[in-house]
Amino acid sequence: MEAGAILEMRGICKYFPGVRALEKVDFTLREGEIHALMGENGAGKSTLIKVLTGVYPKDGGDVKLLGTPVHIKSPQDAQNAGIATVYQEITLCPNLTVAENMYIGRTKGPLTNWRKINADADHLLDELGIPASAKDQLGNCSIAVQQMVAIARAVDMDCKVLILDEPTSSLDEQEVQKLFKLMRDLKSKGVGIIFVTHFLEQVYEVCDRITVLRDGMLVGEYIIEDLPRVQLVSKMLGKDFDDMAEIKSDSDAEKVDYNGTPVYQAINLTGTTGIKPFNFEIHKGEVNGFTGLLGSGRSESVRAIFGADRVIAGDVKINGKAVKIRKPLDAMKCGISYLPEDRKNDGIVGDLSVRDNIILALQVMKGFFKPFSRAQAEKFADKYIKLLNIKTASQDTPIKSLSGGNQQKVILARWLLANPQYLILDEPTRGIDVGTKVEIQKLVLKLAAEGKSVTFISSEIDEMIRTCSRLVVMRDGKVVGELKDDDLNQNKIMATIAGGESNDIQ
Amino acid sequence: MSVNSNTLGENKLKKRSSLTDSNLLLIITIAVFFTMYACAVVFLKQGFLKPQMFFNILNENASLLVLSCGMTLVMITGGIDISVGQVTSLVCMSCAVYLQKVNDGVISGNVFTSMCIALAIGLAFGIVQGFLVAYLEFQPFIVTLAGLFFAKGMTTIVSSDRIAVTYEPFVKLCRTEVTIPFLGSVNKKGIYIPAYVEIGVIIALAVVVLLFCFLKWTKLGRNFYAVGGNNQSANMLGINVKLTKFLAHVLCGLCAGIGGYLFFLHACSGSPLHAQGAEMNAIASSIIGGTLLSGGVGNIVGTLFGVLSLSTIKNIVTSLGLDEAWWTNITVGAMLCVFLIIQSVILYVRTTLRKTKSKRTN
Amino acid sequence: MTSSKTSAKGFLLKVVRNPLFFPLMALLLLVAVNFFADPTFFKISLEPSSTGNLILSGNLISIIDNASELVILAIGMTLVTSASGGQDISVGATIAIAGSVILRFVKVLPDNVSGGRFTFVLIMSFLVCVVASALCGAFNGALVAFFKIQPMVATLILFTAGRSIAAWINNNDNISINDARFGFFGNFIPGIPVPTPVFITAICLIVIALVLKFTNLRLYAQSVGINASSSRLNGINPKFIKLLSFIILGVCVAVCGFIKVSRTSSITYSVIANNIEMDAILAVALGGNNLGGGKFNLTASVIGAYVIQFLTTTLFKFKVSSSEISAYKAVVVILLIIISSPFVRKWFADMGNKIRAKKQANVGKEVN
Repeated sequence: MEAGAILEMRGICKYFPGVRALEKVDFTLREGEIHALMGENGAGKSTLIKVLTGVYPKDGGDVKLLGTPVHIKSPQDAQNAGIATVYQEITLCPNLTVAENMYIGRTKGPLTNWRKINADADHLLDELGIPASAKDQLGNCSIAVQQMVAIARAVDMDCKVLILDEPTSSLDEQEVQKLFKLMRDLKSKGVGIIFVTHFLEQVYEVCDRITVLRDGMLVGEYIIEDLPRVQLVSKMLGKDFDDMAEIKSDSDAEKVDYNGTPVYQAINLTGTTGIKPFNFEIHKGEVNGFTGLLGSGRSESVRAIFGADRVIAGDVKINGKAVKIRKPLDAMKCGISYLPEDRKNDGIVGDLSVRDNIILALQVMKGFFKPFSRAQAEKFADKYIKLLNIKTASQDTPIKSLSGGNQQKVILARWLLANPQYLILDEPTRGIDVGTKVEIQKLVLKLAAEGKSVTFISSEIDEMIRTCSRLVVMRDGKVVGELKDDDLNQNKIMATIAGGESNDIQ
Repeated sequence: MSVNSNTLGENKLKKRSSLTDSNLLLIITIAVFFTMYACAVVFLKQGFLKPQMFFNILNENASLLVLSCGMTLVMITGGIDISVGQVTSLVCMSCAVYLQKVNDGVISGNVFTSMCIALAIGLAFGIVQGFLVAYLEFQPFIVTLAGLFFAKGMTTIVSSDRIAVTYEPFVKLCRTEVTIPFLGSVNKKGIYIPAYVEIGVIIALAVVVLLFCFLKWTKLGRNFYAVGGNNQSANMLGINVKLTKFLAHVLCGLCAGIGGYLFFLHACSGSPLHAQGAEMNAIASSIIGGTLLSGGVGNIVGTLFGVLSLSTIKNIVTSLGLDEAWWTNITVGAMLCVFLIIQSVILYVRTTLRKTKSKRTN
Repeated sequence: MTSSKTSAKGFLLKVVRNPLFFPLMALLLLVAVNFFADPTFFKISLEPSSTGNLILSGNLISIIDNASELVILAIGMTLVTSASGGQDISVGATIAIAGSVILRFVKVLPDNVSGGRFTFVLIMSFLVCVVASALCGAFNGALVAFFKIQPMVATLILFTAGRSIAAWINNNDNISINDARFGFFGNFIPGIPVPTPVFITAICLIVIALVLKFTNLRLYAQSVGINASSSRLNGINPKFIKLLSFIILGVCVAVCGFIKVSRTSSITYSVIANNIEMDAILAVALGGNNLGGGKFNLTASVIGAYVIQFLTTTLFKFKVSSSEISAYKAVVVILLIIISSPFVRKWFADMGNKIRAKKQANVGKEVN
């Protein structure tokens, strides 16, 4: 046993049908340290944490807590063993009060002492400066408050290990600073903290050590001073920046004609999902992007364009002709395709075969009374499986048994088959392997070269810079800027997202 | 990073608890009940003002009250149990056959053992169904539908005829009336008739109080809400979801046993036709009482008012002269329909409000 | 040699995984039980009936005849299950409504409108009945699709109120139709030895087969049942598809109601089509369809329906009374859902894997 180690995980394996989520991963957490767990989407960070907290049973490996082997079979076990967790998604019960959410499942005795937990909760809320009352129903609080409540619960638990799985994504700067102060306090008390985040600056602000995962494998464990940012990123991506540069090079040939009639034009498009009315246009052969922080309204905007959420006002023109887009089918008939952000819930139709998933959109456009013949459907599927190099056992395989990247390719195939003039891709590269990511980006550029218009959204600004020729920047549901040509660089984008206060973010 | 100190300060100022879903629905139910009863008193003067009228509603629905409470428990955890009506029927029939045998001297026993039989039948259904639902993860509706048909079949297997109980101690118990002081009424001849309730009502109200306390103050009771609110979150919060679901079904089974016995006490007989559609009434009462089908929201007090509302409207329908048998069922169906739609709309509005609100504060 | 072995194994696996395997096995099992218990069970004879027609009679004929309503219901129920992920428990009550409507119109129309043309009366009443049932279906469907109420709870409303509504339509009168032609549809048409419901069932099956062939109903219903959100983003209107599935079930119910009342030329509101909802759900489950919605196999459901009727008839043969049958069927349902549960399947798969792993370990040892 390593000196001072609170938690040791050795050779952890976890498999999902068709996916290797974790392969022989080691992880060590020492007393009084803040340990960042880094990796791209789908690298296995969340899986590792869920294995540690007993949400998923592990398929191999050992876990030692303070030197003694433990078998954590449920989150309850984890709590009892002194592991407190704040998950990425808010895992509280929206129908209970704030106080209850903080204390349920961890108080002693068979009875609930309402007066005590309400008083304790109010005390704790005040102490942490969370703007909520103990008796509020959690579901009525904002997402940020809910996240803070989850943190308060975990902090109050008198734990040895505290896990924070992307807790900061819905918090503002002030709240993040509060959280960091809290983390440092706990650290000085000897608590080991595992911190997962996407924000590099936050890692370098509070963490002592970094463990990097990639594709379910351990890349390495580093002391923070030994690992500069650029190296961390290349470790996470598994390749150097230079490799990625090639993508852009062959695309610059095409020049977009910004003076012609736009393929799609919207004026004062207003949705019901909390975004402000916005104007937008895209030209033939153009790749543009929407960027902004999580919850800034970038997905909501493209959903409004596609008619995926209710649109209440605004004029839309396709190739200069006024059209009404009220529901997805209208948009599809206007030649717009939309690859949704949430692949699992909005994209794939899990139990249907790859073939049915590919022909779905075109079939719907063709009409209820005109089904494709079997032979025709097979031909379509075959063509796109080959074209996009989709790895599947057969056309009849249910799509849900494919890996994430291949699922995404099937959805892409579905929309390519529909032959749109304007293709919206919302986070097409999320949670898939690096190779496929590059393939998809290349495909986007190829489509643009063929004269299609593409909107490309990604959380990873690098990808956006590489593929897009114009970026729409959003903040708080509002379009706050549009960047083109020379302005397309990390600093400028970050500054626009942050709203003028261009901190020196690298 | 967008710094949003404004909203932070604002929220701090407005630090007051908003109405929870549960309380909102409860208030609606209570309001509906009192409006209905008031209307009945004003427009149909057929004795709705007499306390005994109210107590008769209780007398007739003691069993339903207990069944509904059990149903509420299961529904709070996000499940449903449609077997309770037929279990009631089975309990009545089994106890009736048993007590008649005791009466005829075929076997020895007493009223107390018949109670044990009732509880055992209820528990058995609860345990088996709970196990299938919680640990083998079947849809509760299918499992309890099978339970319903099993109980239905078993009832006729036990006996296919109506059996009236003549066992003396039990009949005595059935006839016992508990008088309520000060709430009697004077009849035409000027004789004071005290108001009374049957023993069943006392038991039913005791169950209501017990379960209310259970849901409000025990940890297990709060776990019911957590599990119904969000299964996975509850698991992550360290609650044993499977055990909780299992116990909810067991408790509901137990309530079905008690409710069955109360029905038996009221009817003093067993028949395959007893408690026909009681599960429906129980579900309707729970829903009217503000229990959400989706789970996580519900209240025993609401259920009490749900039962009262349902029985009052039945009485009103009869008072209106629509005494053909079908009107009751149609009214119950209509009322259930209205409340389901109200729930659906309220929840839709509230989630939309919540969404826009959280968007704004972000 | 090993390759032939694996291909044989693959073939076996294919057979076992075929959705028709399970219901067909159940059917075979029932046939075998009956054959050993009483070989005369399968005797079919051509005998004159009470009205002097030559008709086919025998247990098999009565099974096929009596299963008609169930088969027709199973079609609609399968679609509803697939699209909405739940089941309609009001079908029995709606059959009562449908039957009641038909009887009322057949009784009322002759005097006023038709002037004695009975065919016209029949067609009109049947159409009215289809509309009434479809409306009931649409009511259920609207609650499910637009108000997002779980199907079983939404249909609970008509489940309670339905029979009462049926009684109300006819003022609880015991209507019976004296015209013998009304009975043709539930019994025999003179000169044809095969029961008429069998033909009606065949027509229904052909119609639904054509619908599935020439429309995208299958793809739409499955997509909506599996993932309503992504179906919507692909241009399908999930609400409409759910509503449609309930309306189709309503039409099926109308046909069933017609057959049911034609069988006896009268109606008993509280008894007609009693417990048929349970049988219909059971048929869908027996067909290996996921009761949580999604992919469906109509043929399997239809065979499932026949299996259930076979089981019912067999139980009758073993002198089980009709009211007790529900207890036995409940046991069958429980066993069925236990076998088909993902939990148990996973358990079996794990067991299989363990045994295989052990074998492999042993082989490994031998090599070493």
